[in-house]
Amino acid sequence: MEVKDTAIKESHMKAKLKLAPEKQKNKKRKQKWAFRNNWPLHVLLIPGVILALVFQYGPMAGIVMAFQDFKPWLGFFGSEWVGFEHFRAMFEFDYARQVIWNTLIISVMKLITGIIVPITIALLLNEIYRMKFKRTIQTVIYLPYFLSWVILGGILIDILSPDGGLINNVLGLFGINPIFFLGSNEWFRSTIIMTDIWKETGFNTIVFLAAITAVNPNLYEAAAIDGANRWKQTLYVTLPAMLPIIIVVGTISLGNILNAGFDQIFNLYNPLVYETGDIIDTYVYRVGLIDGNFSYGAAVGLFKSFISLILIVIGYRLAYKYANYRIF
Amino acid sequence: MQYKTKGYKIFTVFNYTFLSIFALLCMLPLIHIFAVSLSGSAAASGNLVTLWPVDFTLDAYEKTIGNSNFLRSFGLSVVRVVLGTAISMGVLLCAAYALAKDDHEFKGRKIYMWFFVFTMLFNGGLVPTYILVTNLGLTDTIWALVLPTAINAFNLILLVNFFRTSVPKALEESAFLDGAGHFTIFLKIYLPIAVPAIATVTLFTMVFHWNQWFDGMIYMTNEANYPLQTFLQSIVVKKDLSNIADPETLRNMSQRTVEAAQIFITALPMLIVYPFLQKYFVKGIVLGAEKE
Repeated sequence: MEVKDTAIKESHMKAKLKLAPEKQKNKKRKQKWAFRNNWPLHVLLIPGVILALVFQYGPMAGIVMAFQDFKPWLGFFGSEWVGFEHFRAMFEFDYARQVIWNTLIISVMKLITGIIVPITIALLLNEIYRMKFKRTIQTVIYLPYFLSWVILGGILIDILSPDGGLINNVLGLFGINPIFFLGSNEWFRSTIIMTDIWKETGFNTIVFLAAITAVNPNLYEAAAIDGANRWKQTLYVTLPAMLPIIIVVGTISLGNILNAGFDQIFNLYNPLVYETGDIIDTYVYRVGLIDGNFSYGAAVGLFKSFISLILIVIGYRLAYKYANYRIF
Repeated sequence: MQYKTKGYKIFTVFNYTFLSIFALLCMLPLIHIFAVSLSGSAAASGNLVTLWPVDFTLDAYEKTIGNSNFLRSFGLSVVRVVLGTAISMGVLLCAAYALAKDDHEFKGRKIYMWFFVFTMLFNGGLVPTYILVTNLGLTDTIWALVLPTAINAFNLILLVNFFRTSVPKALEESAFLDGAGHFTIFLKIYLPIAVPAIATVTLFTMVFHWNQWFDGMIYMTNEANYPLQTFLQSIVVKKDLSNIADPETLRNMSQRTVEAAQIFITALPMLIVYPFLQKYFVKGIVLGAEKE
C-alpha cells in the first residue's frame, strides 16, 4: 500500500513538472469531470458518516463532562467547570489505583495465556493426521467462542457453585473441601483466566493453525534430510515461521491491555471479590451509571481511552515494523 | 507417516489423549447444563445430575416456553438481529464501495478513511455514550440497540479490503467506458463478487446482535423491552426477581432446571447456525489476514 502511494505521488509530481500550459487546462477539465463523476461516492458515504458522527464522535465531544461537575439538568453549558479535579481525585483514591492494578494483572495474564495455550494446541493439532479427529476437536473447542458471557456466566455460576456445583462435586470425590471460586479473592483471578481460556482458545487456535499450514513443506523436508526430528523441526521451522503472526497478535493486543473483559467480569463477579476482580470498566459502570457520578465516571473512562489510544498506536507501529502488518 | 521413531509413537498416543481430554473439558459444562435442563427439579436441586438427565422430563422447557416474558424477549431479539443487521450491512456496503476506490480516483478517500479508522483508536467511553443516547430520546426504543453500533470500522475495513482485492479493475473500467454509473457498478459488479465477504460480515453482525446484552440493560428502563440476553442476565446472573409479581412464576423462574432450560434455549440459535459460523468465521479470519 505505502509503496503504491508513494509511486502514485511520484508519478503525479513528474506529471506536474512536465505539464505545458495547454495541458494544464486539459488537466483542470479532467478534475472537474472527476468530481462530477464522483458525487455518488460522497452520497454513498453520507449514512455512514452521519452515524459515526453522531454515535462515535458525539460521545467524544461529550468527554468535556470529565472536566466539569456535570449535572444532566444543567447540561454541558450550564455545568460548573472543574478542570482536572476528577483525575486528581482518581489518582489519590486508593481504590481507583487498586482497580487499575487489577485490570493490568488480569489482562496481562490473559494476554500471555491467550498466546501460549492456543499455540500449544495448534502445534499439537498439527501433529494429528486423522483429519476427522482434527476437525472434531477444532469444532468442539471453537464452540464456546460464539456464546455470550451471559450464557457462559449462567453456566459457570451453576457448575462452580460451592453448594453442590459440578466442579466441587468432582473435587469432593478426591476429598477436597468445596471451593468458592467466584466468591474468594484467592481464587477469583485464576477462575477468570481459566474461563477466558475456555472461551477464547478455539478462535486463537484457528488463527495460529492457519499460519502453520502456510509453512512451506520443503522446509520440513530439508530439515529432515539434515537429521532434524519432529521436535527440532517444530523448534526451528514451525515456530520461526509463525513468528510474524505471533508478533501481530501480541502487538495488537497491546491496545487491549486496559480491557480486562467487561462482559466476563461483570457476569461473574460480586462485591466479595471487588478487591481482586473489579476492573476499570466495571468500576466506571458502577460509579458512573449506577451511582450517577457522571463526571467522575467519564474521567476514569477518558483516562482509559487515552492510554489505550497511545498503546494502540504503538502496537500497530510495532506490528508494521516487525511483521509488516497493516490493516488498510 | 515418516516419523516412526519410538519417541514419536509415544508422543502420538499422548497427543490424542490430551486433545481428547481438552475438548471434552470444553464440552462438559454445556452437556451438564443440558442434562440439568432435562432432569426432574428434585434431582437437579439435590445435585444428582452430572452428564445424563435424571428423572427425564420436559417440564422445564414447557415452563420456559409458557413464560410470556421469555417469549417476548426472544421475539425482541429476533427483531433486533434482523433490523440491526439490515441497517448495519446497508450502511457498511455503501461506504465500503466508495472507500474501495483508489486515492487518485476518489479525492477525499483518505480523509473519509481516517474519519472511520479514528473511531477504532479512540472512543468517548461509557458515560458520555450513555448520556448521548439518553438525550437523543432513544431510551426504551429498539433504535438504542441498533443505531449506536451500526457502523463498525473493523467490518468496514474488512469489506473495503475484500472489494479492493477481489474486484478486477479492468472489469470496472470497461463498465465505466460502457456508460455504467457508480450505482450500476456497485449493484451489478461489486455486490455479486463480494458475496462471500458479505456473508461473513453479515454473520459477524448477527452473532454480535444476538449476543449483545449490555446495551439492553442500560438503555431499557422497562423490563418488557429487554432483548433475550438481557432478560437472561437479569434472571440467571443478576438473580433480580423483584420485578416479577406473580409468586407462581417466581417459584418456577428460580428453579435450577428452568434456569438451565432458559440458558439452553438462548444458546440454541447459535448452536443451530454454528456449522455455517465456523465455515465463514474461518474465512473471515483469512480475509482479515489478506492485507497487502
